[in-house]
Amino acid sequence: MGAEKRTLLVCRGTGCESNKSPAIQAALTGELGASDVEVKFTGCHGMCQQGPIVIVEPEGTFYSHVKEKDAPTIADSLLHTSQPVEKLYYKDPATDQQISSYHDIPFYSKQTRLVLRNCGHINPEEISDYVDAGGYQGLEKALFELAPEEIVDSVKRSGLRGRGGGGFSTGTKWQFCQQADGDVKYVVCNADEGDPGAFMDRSVLEGDPHAVLEGMTIAARAIGARQGYIYCRAEYPLAIKRLQVAIAQARERGYLGEDILGSGFDFDIEIFQGAGAFVCGEETALMISIEGNRGMPRIRPPYPAQSGLYGKPTLLNNVKTYANISLIVRNGADWFAGIGTEKSKGTAVFALTGKIANSGLIEVPMGATPRQIIYEIGGGILNGKKFKAVQTGGPSGGCLPESFLDVPVDYDSLIEAGSMMGSGGMVVLDEDTCMVDVARYFLDFTEKESCGKCVPCRLGTKQMLTILQDIVEGRGRPEDIETLEALGKSIKVGSLCGLGQTAPNPVLSTLRYFRDEYEAHVFENRCPAKSCKQFISYHILDTCVGCQLCAKNCSSDAIIGGHKEQHWIDQEKCHKCGVCYEVCPPKVFSIEIRTGESEAA
Amino acid sequence: MDETLQAIFSQFDGKQEEIIPILQSVQNAYTYLPEESMQKIARFTRVPESRVYGVATFYAQFRFTPTGRNIVSVCRGTACHVRGAPAILEETARLVGLEGEGTTEDLEYTVETVACIGCCALAPCLTINDEVHGNLNKKMVRKLMEAGGK
Repeated sequence: MGAEKRTLLVCRGTGCESNKSPAIQAALTGELGASDVEVKFTGCHGMCQQGPIVIVEPEGTFYSHVKEKDAPTIADSLLHTSQPVEKLYYKDPATDQQISSYHDIPFYSKQTRLVLRNCGHINPEEISDYVDAGGYQGLEKALFELAPEEIVDSVKRSGLRGRGGGGFSTGTKWQFCQQADGDVKYVVCNADEGDPGAFMDRSVLEGDPHAVLEGMTIAARAIGARQGYIYCRAEYPLAIKRLQVAIAQARERGYLGEDILGSGFDFDIEIFQGAGAFVCGEETALMISIEGNRGMPRIRPPYPAQSGLYGKPTLLNNVKTYANISLIVRNGADWFAGIGTEKSKGTAVFALTGKIANSGLIEVPMGATPRQIIYEIGGGILNGKKFKAVQTGGPSGGCLPESFLDVPVDYDSLIEAGSMMGSGGMVVLDEDTCMVDVARYFLDFTEKESCGKCVPCRLGTKQMLTILQDIVEGRGRPEDIETLEALGKSIKVGSLCGLGQTAPNPVLSTLRYFRDEYEAHVFENRCPAKSCKQFISYHILDTCVGCQLCAKNCSSDAIIGGHKEQHWIDQEKCHKCGVCYEVCPPKVFSIEIRTGESEAA
Repeated sequence: MDETLQAIFSQFDGKQEEIIPILQSVQNAYTYLPEESMQKIARFTRVPESRVYGVATFYAQFRFTPTGRNIVSVCRGTACHVRGAPAILEETARLVGLEGEGTTEDLEYTVETVACIGCCALAPCLTINDEVHGNLNKKMVRKLMEAGGK
């Protein structure tokens, strides 16, 4: 046995927790409690698809899909046999090869982890873990070595841009706040991550909360604020809990509160729980919400840097922006500016989801291509299907087609392509995804979340949604496509805030790249992705072996046929739930979905 | 009701900017916002009742009817949507005898959708009484709900 002390890291991010990782941790602690192997939990390790994840350090042995009953085997391998548990190794979906260490798994080895540096490696509820990993060194430097102007200058020179999606220069924003008049100023962290399909901020808050606290404290020092708020959605209970623990520990250690580290500088942070309104991710709405009102955006100027929360100069940044700050202060602006592209510096964090083999949380330098992200890190499309599009920027973004796979991703290239960076959701869509339905899905979201202040957004999104609903349900009219375009353009120019200005993007970008799918629905009575119920029918091929599995599971008793007999579907009764398609054994696979046929087929 | 509300109010100063946290605390205690509580919150924070209603109706978190004993929240995030969330919602509702979202008459179940639970790698997913279940298909939903939905 090696002399080095072993540590078992059990991932307890939301994904792994819901797969019972706390029980695994307890079982491992039970097995190893008396030994010198330390068992600790961490925040999200990123490769959620393979969860629950257990890692043995220092070797970096990576165990995937761990179950509670595997605990004795893992313990045994550490204490007695010194043979790793090979059956729990990760299997590369592309090569079918087993890989023992996470350092060798392409999902990790192709990433550059700055914001996620500690996620999955430290215990987020233990401040000393963060400090041991170099945490709060940036704050010490900001307090004792740098003048506030120097901090701002450093952030400015680093080229960091707002990670919430807008992409405004962070340093410039800080400078405005610093120069604003006023004794009372606020620092606010926007953790109202509302984009469906995005969980980057959540993972940072859950996996490395001190990085955010440190970034905020440095910001406060730079602009001269004494009070900070974190606006976090109530739907993230674990993130809120870990933040509360982190704030309490930081106060205890003197990193927050009065006279921080004996510097004479005071700063404290409060958590405000959002109550479920997507529009509150917009900066003015967020501050109005903290003040106890309906969170409706207001006109700018004045910008928050002049008049924000309670009318005071306010600095508002995203979770990931703050998480970058301590690194910039610690390692210098030049170091940071050396990463990324000419105009977009640093890294981009993406929540990689949808029809992808390795869903999870990833971080790459700005300028990486979607092909690298999806195929090299993400392991390609799920079940060997064909790539169709990648959706970035959530409800404000767009769908980009295959031709975009080799374009470097940064703030500017995405906007040019009709999408946007957003806060970092990246949803991969395959041949089975209907682009009209995706557009409808996002419009359904924005229509509900529109605050109602601007008429074009309130009524326009409603009109667009109705048209999309009609197209998807087979009532499309020839003029619909042009109407959608006209509506989209006027909503963009007629709305006050980012929500309305970007709400038509999912429709406009799918119209730009996938117009043929709209036309198939409207003119040919056909859904090319075989997804819209109105246009499809299910059929059983003659390869059917008569196992009756589909008949048993059919919720509308539409499948007819005895044991070992060819089955068939009564199209009158079938309500196209697709459960037969789901349960038909993969070896037989005799259910076919057809589209573009007459209803009676 | 008075005692519960008093206990909640005692944690606050009665300032206007506390309306949202107060509403959250009241809903935590009752699972919804009872009509009587709205007027009392308005008095406590010294604003018109309409203002309290204005705030409460703006945010998706707040509700004005009691929930069932078991709350099933089906995620309708993007990742879940493209991996079949609509079918999961349909099946969940069907199993408890609902058409879509809503609460059963016997107050046993509330089925609702949420914008995104944030564990998209497990799509499609739902939570039953705050416990997340992921990588679902209709069959698994059936098993889950047959297990009592608990």
